[in-house]
Amino acid sequence: MLGYLLRRVIATIPVVVLISLLVFLLIHAAPGDPADLLLSEEASPQDIADARRRWGLDQPIYIQYLRFLANILSGDLGTSFRYADPVITLIGERLPATIELAIASLLIAIILGIPLGVWAGAKPNSWADNLGSMFGFFGISMPNFWFGIMLILVVSGYFNWLPSSGRSTYGVAQGSETSFYIIQSLAAGNMKAAWDGIKFVIMPAIALGTGMMGLIMRVTRSSVLEIMNEDYVRTARAKGLGERTVLWRHVLRNALVPIITVVGLELGTLLSGSIIVETVFAWPGSGSLLIAAIQSRDYPLITGTVLTYTIAFVVINFTIDILYALIDPRIRFGK
Amino acid sequence: MGNSATFEVEVVGGARSGRGRRLRGAIRPWLAPKVVVGSTIVVILIVVGALAPWISPYDPNGQNLARVLRPPDWLFGPHVLGTDAVGRDILSRLFYGARISLVIAVMVVIISGVVGLALGAISGYFAGTIDFAIQKLVEVVWAFPPLLLAVAIMAFLGQGLENLILALVSQRWIAYCRVSRGQALSLRTREFVDAARSLGAGHTRIILHHILPNLFPSAVVIGTFSMASAIISEAALSFLGLGVPPEIPTWGTMLADGRTYISTSWWLALFPGLCIFFTVLGINLLGDGLRDILDPRLKRSGSGIG
Repeated sequence: MLGYLLRRVIATIPVVVLISLLVFLLIHAAPGDPADLLLSEEASPQDIADARRRWGLDQPIYIQYLRFLANILSGDLGTSFRYADPVITLIGERLPATIELAIASLLIAIILGIPLGVWAGAKPNSWADNLGSMFGFFGISMPNFWFGIMLILVVSGYFNWLPSSGRSTYGVAQGSETSFYIIQSLAAGNMKAAWDGIKFVIMPAIALGTGMMGLIMRVTRSSVLEIMNEDYVRTARAKGLGERTVLWRHVLRNALVPIITVVGLELGTLLSGSIIVETVFAWPGSGSLLIAAIQSRDYPLITGTVLTYTIAFVVINFTIDILYALIDPRIRFGK
Repeated sequence: MGNSATFEVEVVGGARSGRGRRLRGAIRPWLAPKVVVGSTIVVILIVVGALAPWISPYDPNGQNLARVLRPPDWLFGPHVLGTDAVGRDILSRLFYGARISLVIAVMVVIISGVVGLALGAISGYFAGTIDFAIQKLVEVVWAFPPLLLAVAIMAFLGQGLENLILALVSQRWIAYCRVSRGQALSLRTREFVDAARSLGAGHTRIILHHILPNLFPSAVVIGTFSMASAIISEAALSFLGLGVPPEIPTWGTMLADGRTYISTSWWLALFPGLCIFFTVLGINLLGDGLRDILDPRLKRSGSGIG
């Protein structure tokens, strides 16, 4: 296992280096000289020359890249033009909100997706199955940003049930913007604050989680369908177990592996989906930070956020691979 | 003699009805509800997009400040689906939006298909070092969360049609590349490739004439799903203000406008979203049907759903 782990870590390093190279090339493909872009219009030619020297823009391009890479590896993502704070601090402040939203979406997708899928798979071609497959099609065809806007229109606008933007009510929450608001409130036993946070997260989480729910449902359905024909299911039935016990204890447990695979594969979609959904709901996460950075041409902040998202995605995929190797020894030894 | 003639006739008749059955069997999958519904939606979209300049009641960019944020008149007034914040006719903008979405999506699908098939065929056919290099590229590009690379490209290169297409292609060629590489890897060892080689065919000829034609059915299926996702991504980028320049009407930019006026004018956000939704639904349905017909094996490889 240790050998496998080591091999995987070593295989990941060149990917991370190449990712940084790709991002570096993108920055340099941007029209105009970075120094012109980064300085205000009143900058004198002398200022520009100074800035070029300070940022190392007068060096050959491979030296520039090596400096860029060295900075990333030491955790220095530069300083935001707009906020004049280190990029890494700004992202760190916004990440908890994004993670909390992702967890909430995942919960919704799993809690609804798996039972619906089991139901459809246990009774193929029944009305439940057909309804489910229609639901699945709608789930993957619905753009999450439009779904979010429609939720705001109906739930907030028409019924006025849930708040349409932000993360907490001013006054109820203290310092909520930069922490795991709901989780910390629950841990502290502050039910008023926790409920406040939940009210804010429901709609964005539904908008973000619906696509994944449709997918989980489809995968659960097909793997349940397959497992229903296995010998051990027949054995379980033959020894007189009730249909419900067979379904939940014998079928679902074995159907979980493909479901976990899909959840893992789709975490990236969830990650990038959060960029748009956060913008729709003005959710103060790192996704809306990225869009704000793009709108104000805050290049260090854009670069930092893109790199953070991508490296997070690499780490997630890496972790899932390791989990697999733990579950299934064949992966460790095979190629 | 007479008996034998009757016998002959019966055989011919039997064969004919057999052929008829086979023919009906070949047509049947094309009449599956999802194929019919899907292709109907796609055909309507193409017709509307193609005829946009002739069927639009107004200029899509024609502002009329006397008729700002007018709710839908349905069939009882001049603006069937209402007007936006500067008095532009929503219906006309939707028609033109169909045109833009469709043109962009088709271009993206064709470019990604050509790039992905070429790289996949080369990667799988030659194997070895070339394969390693191409697969490393696939791995790196695929390491970005979906859409994030597109967002980054638009952020650094700026708005515009060429950049938008580049951004949408950036990760979309990978699906073609992966599938066609796998197929090419197995095709290169098949007898007909050996035969072609022994007859003196060069690599280029073998790839173009013997490998590529076998990769097309899967590519068509991937292409339909990839078209659906291209339309969603294009709308998402436009929604974020990272698509084509704002003066070009697209469903995504219309939605972004709609979000601004969500508390007062529901029609601004509802109609463009419905257009995106039904378009994508139609293409997905068609893709699912095409997959059943052209390439049932793909069903388990997880492209699209199910």
